[in-house]
Amino acid sequence: MSVADPKGLAYWTVADTARRVAAGEVTAEDVVEQTLARITEHDATLGAFLEVDASGARAAARLVDQKRAAGAPIGPLGGVPIALKDNLVTKGLVTTAGSKILAGWVPPYDGAAAERLRAAGAILVGKTNLDEFGMGSSTERSAYKPAKNPWDTSRVPGGSSGGSAAAVAAGLCAASLGTDTGGSIRQPAALCGVVGLKPTYGRVSRWGVIAFASSLDQVGPLARTVADAAALLQVLAGHDPRDATSLTAPVPDYGAALAGGVAGVKVGVPKEYFGPGIDADVRAAIDQVIHQLRDAGAAISEVSLPHTGLALPAYYLVAPAEASSNLARYDGLRYGARADAPDLLQTYMRSRGAGFGPEVKRRIMLGTYALRSGYYDAYYRKAQQVRTLIKRDFDAAFREVDVLLTPTTPAPAFPLGSVSSPLDMYLADVFTLACNLAGLPGLSVPAGFTPAGLPIGAQLLGKPLDEAMLLRVGSAIEGAVGLADRHPEAFA
Amino acid sequence: MSAEQKLSERSVAEMLLDWEPVIGLEVHVQLATSSKAFSPSGTAFGEPPNSLTDPTVLGLPGALPAFNRHALELALRLGVATSSQIRAKSRFARKHYFYPDLPKGYQISQYDEPLCEHGHLDLIVGAELKRVRLQRIHLEEDAGKNLHAGTVSHVDLNRAGVPLVEVVSEPELTSAEEAAEFMRALHRLVRWLDISEADMEKGQLRCDANVSIRMRGEDRLGTRTELKNINSFRFVQHAVEHEIARQLRIIDAGGRIERETRLWDETLGQSAPLRSKEEANDYRYFPDPDLPPVMVDGGMMGGILKTLPELPAVRFARYQKELGLSPDDARLLVSERGLADYFDACVAAHPSQRGARNLANWMLTELLGALNAEGKSITESPMPAPTLSALVVLVENGTISGKIGKEIFEESFRTGEPPLAIVERRGVQQISDEAVLAPVVDKVIAANAKQAKDYQSGKDGLFGFFVGQVMKETQGRANPVVANDLLRKKLGR
Amino acid sequence: MADLSRTEVEQIALLARLHLEPAEIEAMGAELGAILAHFATLAAVDTTDVPAMTHATETQTLRADVVEPSLPVEDALSGLPAKARSGDLIVVPSIIPGHES
Repeated sequence: MSVADPKGLAYWTVADTARRVAAGEVTAEDVVEQTLARITEHDATLGAFLEVDASGARAAARLVDQKRAAGAPIGPLGGVPIALKDNLVTKGLVTTAGSKILAGWVPPYDGAAAERLRAAGAILVGKTNLDEFGMGSSTERSAYKPAKNPWDTSRVPGGSSGGSAAAVAAGLCAASLGTDTGGSIRQPAALCGVVGLKPTYGRVSRWGVIAFASSLDQVGPLARTVADAAALLQVLAGHDPRDATSLTAPVPDYGAALAGGVAGVKVGVPKEYFGPGIDADVRAAIDQVIHQLRDAGAAISEVSLPHTGLALPAYYLVAPAEASSNLARYDGLRYGARADAPDLLQTYMRSRGAGFGPEVKRRIMLGTYALRSGYYDAYYRKAQQVRTLIKRDFDAAFREVDVLLTPTTPAPAFPLGSVSSPLDMYLADVFTLACNLAGLPGLSVPAGFTPAGLPIGAQLLGKPLDEAMLLRVGSAIEGAVGLADRHPEAFA
Repeated sequence: MSAEQKLSERSVAEMLLDWEPVIGLEVHVQLATSSKAFSPSGTAFGEPPNSLTDPTVLGLPGALPAFNRHALELALRLGVATSSQIRAKSRFARKHYFYPDLPKGYQISQYDEPLCEHGHLDLIVGAELKRVRLQRIHLEEDAGKNLHAGTVSHVDLNRAGVPLVEVVSEPELTSAEEAAEFMRALHRLVRWLDISEADMEKGQLRCDANVSIRMRGEDRLGTRTELKNINSFRFVQHAVEHEIARQLRIIDAGGRIERETRLWDETLGQSAPLRSKEEANDYRYFPDPDLPPVMVDGGMMGGILKTLPELPAVRFARYQKELGLSPDDARLLVSERGLADYFDACVAAHPSQRGARNLANWMLTELLGALNAEGKSITESPMPAPTLSALVVLVENGTISGKIGKEIFEESFRTGEPPLAIVERRGVQQISDEAVLAPVVDKVIAANAKQAKDYQSGKDGLFGFFVGQVMKETQGRANPVVANDLLRKKLGR
Repeated sequence: MADLSRTEVEQIALLARLHLEPAEIEAMGAELGAILAHFATLAAVDTTDVPAMTHATETQTLRADVVEPSLPVEDALSGLPAKARSGDLIVVPSIIPGHES
């Protein structure tokens, strides 16, 4: 494959790129130049990136090439161009979390995700667009610009990791990282027709993840294939003493799980996820996946998660409450924008009032409301109790089955600007929230397209730390659906 | 002191016959860790501003807390030493307020599930111990420092994130003296256990006091005021004394006590209401999602119990009861672990427990005097405890006189030579043998025949003269008891 | 649930140190009211004896008491404009009300 063939390079898998760079078929510098060229060509349309680090990427690529030339190991992701959601802290590279309040902030340290990717030889090409602080499901709530869906640029890419999903779908990087608090990796992955993995809470370090809701946030990969997602998880997973919620369990070989097949695997289909609100095309696509899995030897059974309907209200108390606390540090006093105000109180009020966008303000208000003395028990504590009930539903289901299959979203990507009420927007995550509340791993894998050509995602939910099972079943679905080579025409 | 002050003091004293002060203390103690409570920057004092930070301390986006094991161990040590109930599973909570010295907009503290509850602290009051109950001891992180600089403030975050325990007493102290004693007892205890250096100059022990008054016999507490910034034993006593008097005067004038926070100003000797930080605060406590519950298991408790030394209050009682020390000596000896340990080593090296009082005397006067003169602490003493004990034994068994003993002490302290060696080299053993002393006494009487006659005819005062002459003849080595006996016998009175 | 009153919105905004323009206050009252109404379903759930799930993982991990080098002060203060520094101190508006410039 010639590097002069940007189309081919654009959609190389992670494994392909790493192998070719390692074998000297292509230099990391060539990969980076082609990638940067594609970003320049397409991102004005897509709005997937907030920051492109051309010089940093070139320097990193040179280093990989020098190492290879010297016969030194270049790492499992050597030369692979990866984009990071802009709520992942990168030393020396502007990190804003999509918010005006962090405009121009250059972190003096690397988060764990950036550290691990760099150590694995990956090239960090830039920071991707997101709903401000991860609060949104469309990437329209970015303080800078909306991102677009590569399959139909009049539609949203989903969110909040919309930039990461769009960049991967449009071949502007080999893979990307997102964060998932209530579906923010899986939902945009589904809407953009890529693979998105939210690991078990604690599997991947949160050190350097700009917190939205600390008990729910988790970093994970978005990629064009399940194997690529596995390769990234392999690098990201593992204990980090700087994150007290990081798990110490050993990290299995995820790649080895991929070829396991689904014969004898018990797949549960929770009936609560197939109610009347679900789009007919989505329903049909998931039904098709169910048939395919059954044909491949999986044991399909219906299960019940009776508290599913409570996930949305519980989530919209827990997440804003934690967010109102996590965002208290943005006061303009040590970094970020400080308003010119006559006194300390007004400095706080004005800096925060001007720095946060409407959705962030709404959630800070909601969270502050719920945490007040006298309201705490009725709201926050109640929501955390309901969380226990939701977790127990999953525990019970996983005594019967190995994995749960649901649609990732009730509907495919919606047009930009079409959802205006906050509550309607929250409904876009209705199928993905429970997974975060329970701390479970979740995978969205492409399940087909609507007749209009919009991607549809199937969601797999697994037992804690059983990412391997998700990847195994996800890989089987990917093979059965057979659409991993289909890419949006406008970005061919 | 002015006439009005005397008058008002008298009226305060009178009012105290009817009114009872009730004081509760909240004391923050800095734990002696090397690194911060939740991150790895250092805790040294007096470093250049903002030179002890890390992403967590600065509250940078994406930074997380990870709890310091040693801070937990130190807090547990205090919990065990105060016989507190230790929670097997306690929690950190976030306490929210906005202030420039608080980088995250919340302080990591403990709220409804603190590490320790229902303990007690033993105060030394006179010869007795007074037990004060503790509501709780919880873990938290310190804030940075705001410094006033005219029209602006300056912030130094070096102290931010330093681990603290907050020790909260029940409201059952009844005087300013007791409040100060509480501080002393806690100060002694945390130093004793190496929990904290508790250097008040460095702000390592800081106290807030809740003060109220109520009619004697009343069960309900009166409205309390909170006094802040009382960071020495003396300040605590002054501030609480002043606040009790202030409240009594308000009541006397028919007024009502307002619930408020007041800042003590030691130079002015008065407190002033602290303008409420902002409007009514609501700290919005909730369990910190970044920090899993703090689990204390049997292994951890076992380690603490095994290494816990005998506590100062216990030793104070033992020194009096078993060793017969005076309350003053006992109190002084337990004021520092080093003193008590040195003393115990002296006692251990001494052949008889009855020597304890002498050992205490020698240690507290001679040894401490010599150490003070050289600006040394007991742990830096050049004279090991067994040496002091050996010296005291030489005096007790009459080998040397007390007076010579002091000379020997000085030389041994200075040179490190063992006391017995000095005694032998200098030949200063006391002469107690009557056979040796009798000729000396005879010689003295013969040489002072007139004085002998005067004494015999009733001039009692001359006895001392003869003792002095005998001492002179023996270069002070005569055993005074033996010499006195011989003189009385030979002078015939 | 009805809209939140203007006063309540203002109280919460003060607690959160969030300046809201008059139009924002208006909208916020209605939006929060609508969202809170959605939470009514939670109130109806019997959670007697159900523990609160505060953490997805409760495994204790403690950090050894080891000092690591501090961020260099220039890095620590890199987010500040020059006028918000006095030497290596951070300059903020006076913490004493009435003392501000």
